[in-house]
Amino acid sequence: MPELPTAVRGFGVTFRTMFKRVVTEQYPEAAAKYPPKPRFHGRHQLNRWADGLEKCIGCELCAWACPADAIFVEGADNSEGGRFSPGERYGRVYQINYLRCIFCGLCIEACPTRALTMTNEFELADNNRTDLIFTKEDLLAPLQAGMVLPPHDMVPGFTEKDYYAGKVIGATDTGSATDTAKEST
Amino acid sequence: MGLEEKLPSGVLLTTVEQVAGYARKGSLWPATFGLACCAIEMMAVGGPRYDIARFGMEVFRASPRQADLMIVAGRVSQKMAPVLRQIYDQMANPKWVLAMGVCASSGGMFNNYAILQGVDHVVPVDIYLPGCPPRPEMLIDAILKLHDEIQATKLGVNAIKAQDIQESLALTAPATLEMRGLLP
Repeated sequence: MPELPTAVRGFGVTFRTMFKRVVTEQYPEAAAKYPPKPRFHGRHQLNRWADGLEKCIGCELCAWACPADAIFVEGADNSEGGRFSPGERYGRVYQINYLRCIFCGLCIEACPTRALTMTNEFELADNNRTDLIFTKEDLLAPLQAGMVLPPHDMVPGFTEKDYYAGKVIGATDTGSATDTAKEST
Repeated sequence: MGLEEKLPSGVLLTTVEQVAGYARKGSLWPATFGLACCAIEMMAVGGPRYDIARFGMEVFRASPRQADLMIVAGRVSQKMAPVLRQIYDQMANPKWVLAMGVCASSGGMFNNYAILQGVDHVVPVDIYLPGCPPRPEMLIDAILKLHDEIQATKLGVNAIKAQDIQESLALTAPATLEMRGLLP
């Protein structure tokens, strides 16, 4: 059987491709179908303890670890009546410059209290440099059920060591949560 | 630029603005300006998996005369800065600049004498895209945000009004020297 001319055989490839699955990701329309991997390095998040107190202690280890000098932290002393985190200090100012941050994750490794972690959020583009400096308000995790907005005292009967040991599982002013927290100790 | 700049302010001008914005964002041709690792992600966006052709942008023009958008992908060294500016100057109006990645946006981790600390020192940047390098979805997201801005572009009398407002804001804004306390 004589072979078809190569010019015609080439169209065979085109024809077969019509029946193959389309590989294109329909990104903005069907973005939920292509989520990033769970370990993806996205925007940072400042976490909270179960009662709403901030985990950040203002130690600046993240800022020291940062190879791009993207993080600025300024700590301040907690006072009775003005408590934001268990222990002595909290991060009063926390800024990440996303035009410097290279999403390497060294700050996450450096954080001693797991206050700083990374989310999977990546849609960060903006039209000016100022809005890309994220402040503490932008980075703090939203309050979950049972959390109370700081400043407030530590759960009665608990010390900062109990917080770091993960013994606190509820808020201060909701009676039931405090009871369960005490029962668990 | 053309006849549309001479139109009187009103329903006609806003309609022309909408049509012109739609046409401009629908065929935004990028100039090939890959400088470093971000260019690899930019090429991935041109490939079949992310397929920038869905937004009418698949033709990466090698000639700046035929390009509308300069995607500055990668770190710009001091030596490259004049070249970048020349390519920008050679592009025909209307033109836009997308600073892709942290190096193009602010210098990123290369805070040294060899690297330009952001391309906005040389050309006006319309959209900044963080990431090192940004994943293709991030670039598509930045491009779509730029599309929204292009759609909202004003023409003629409205453009002059918008410029006046911007100028008065800029004149009343405090100088960097006068700023106190924390950013922003």
